[in-house]
Amino acid sequence: MLPNRRGYFGEFGGRFVPETLMNALEELEQAYSSAKRDGRFQKELKYYLSQYAGRPTPLYFAQKLTKKLGGARIYLKREDLCHTGAHKINNTLGQGLLTKRMGKKRVIAETGAGQHGVATAVAAALLGLECEVYMGTEDIKRQSLNVFRMKLLGSKVIPVKSGFRTLKDAINEALRDWVTNIRITHYLLGSTVGPHPYPVMVRDFQSIIGKETKEQILKQEGRLPDYLVACVGGGSNSLGLFHPFYRDKRVKFIGVEAAGRGIKTGKHSSPLLAGSIGVLHGSKSYLLQDRDGQIKETHSIAPGLDYPGVGPEHSFYKRTGRAKYVPITDKEALKAFLLLAQTEGITPALESAHALAYVAKLAPKLSKNRVIIINLSGRGDKDVHIVAQALGVKL
Amino acid sequence: MNRIEAKFKEVKKKKRVALIPFITVGDPNLETTEALVPEMERRGADIVELGVPFSDPIADGPTIQEADIRSLKHRTSLKDALDLVKELRKKTEIPLVLMTYYNLLYNYGIERFVTQAKGNGVDGVIAADLPVEEASELKRYARRSNLDTIFLASPTSPPQRLKLIAKESKGFIYYVSLTGVTGVRKKLAEGLVFSLKRLKRLTEKPIAVGFGISKPEHIRKIKRYADGAVVGSAIISVIGKNLKSKDLVQKVGDFVQRLAQAC
Repeated sequence: MLPNRRGYFGEFGGRFVPETLMNALEELEQAYSSAKRDGRFQKELKYYLSQYAGRPTPLYFAQKLTKKLGGARIYLKREDLCHTGAHKINNTLGQGLLTKRMGKKRVIAETGAGQHGVATAVAAALLGLECEVYMGTEDIKRQSLNVFRMKLLGSKVIPVKSGFRTLKDAINEALRDWVTNIRITHYLLGSTVGPHPYPVMVRDFQSIIGKETKEQILKQEGRLPDYLVACVGGGSNSLGLFHPFYRDKRVKFIGVEAAGRGIKTGKHSSPLLAGSIGVLHGSKSYLLQDRDGQIKETHSIAPGLDYPGVGPEHSFYKRTGRAKYVPITDKEALKAFLLLAQTEGITPALESAHALAYVAKLAPKLSKNRVIIINLSGRGDKDVHIVAQALGVKL
Repeated sequence: MNRIEAKFKEVKKKKRVALIPFITVGDPNLETTEALVPEMERRGADIVELGVPFSDPIADGPTIQEADIRSLKHRTSLKDALDLVKELRKKTEIPLVLMTYYNLLYNYGIERFVTQAKGNGVDGVIAADLPVEEASELKRYARRSNLDTIFLASPTSPPQRLKLIAKESKGFIYYVSLTGVTGVRKKLAEGLVFSLKRLKRLTEKPIAVGFGISKPEHIRKIKRYADGAVVGSAIISVIGKNLKSKDLVQKVGDFVQRLAQAC
């Protein structure tokens, strides 16, 4: 089973952190492994996921979109319908309950798009935890709606002015906070990145997406899908969908990376397509770095994808060929945002729009009996300002 | 006997604690670093830690982050640090330790790094985000070349980890005085003396204390329980305040001398 005991997926993963964090990571690993086997914990999580977060989410057959693209049958896994509007809540409820189990009273989180920040703030309010969220000032500007939502929920948003002032820098600051307040604080990391056990734990909490999808597609189509398509930033929504299908070798995985203004321009967030192996934020994985090993600035219209690294399990999927990775530019994502809005009446998050954009290219090339499932990981309300700006509209 | 071992023996004989200043290579430029090392030695430094700047220094507070930014503005690299050590070795035999983050070493190639470091006169290496469990490759090459691998121990390390760290550290053990990032603090962390005594019982190797050690008074308080004191942010603050002054090197020297008097 992957990862191995030291948190490695093949050569990727591990635990590259300051010594001060090592004991806490070991404690977290133990707490998580005992919770995983504890029926009461699982029952409580299941209760909150269904009664509070609104699971299971529908697997919606996008009839109009299928017709418009004129090829494979397209299904949308509607994570956008979860409470808080994205899949992030699956993980924050899990880790929130785990925080209580460990007897800690304070959580910290990083956020790019604000989706994980909001989902953490919600879980903290529900479970009675103190919550502080680190967010780059660049992202605070582009996702002001989510910033205010977090504040309304009783969380504190701490602006991060270092580095490029986006997700990477928010993680740096959260790690510095954690090193300082380790004894009373749980770092509620939002993606399948970071030191072991985060990549496997977050993937497990998100695997509910793929487990439901499998049941639903078997019921609706009577067979497994041909393609699973999801956007890849750190990897939580994509691995959540992919992982339960890992052994179903005929199901193809396609991870869509943010190509920003185009990979050739250097302004993108595609470590799997254009990066090299290195160590950032606690694990060994593909990342965007310069010749000297300094982390490069990234760009994507979708703040949740604007990150120079990627989860180690994705690096492993790339290395072994289990998944295929493709680029989608800002422009293509915007076009897909409008396409889904106008054919199906659903506004996707710009992150999820990357997955849609690739399907818009893929579906027409496939025959009508093929089945594609897209993870619609979040809804697009938070992005209306960005879209308006990109279209040259003043709100 | 390598330079670090010899130095700790010499310091012990004099019943002193080793003063280990930390500066960032290339802050504000490489010429200044090259001038600072012999100046600090002249003023009483025993070992010098040379920080190689990284874009994402998660164990560092604002002062060292700023030094890294100043240095990275002109793209200081690990290669620059290695070249600098080669130059320094023409003028000084003071033990030199490189401190950085693992990605820079990994990116350079561990074997290539160790060979060049040793060849140029580096005595030890510390990677702030490399716990003993992940260090097998670095240790393998470093042992072969007799380059010291120094690991961090912290107040949150349980006894079995402290033992492991003590076993794997060569040269000295770097004890992190507090739970937190680097930076100037007014007071020493509570329980520090107790923790140092506990660590002393586990090992015969020299222990250097760092993170938060910022003034002569701090050094006086720990000198009976440790073998070395690492001072980083407090020195870098002097650099930061004197960036435009032509007396920068001398002012850092003055501060180092005050620290050395407490050792």
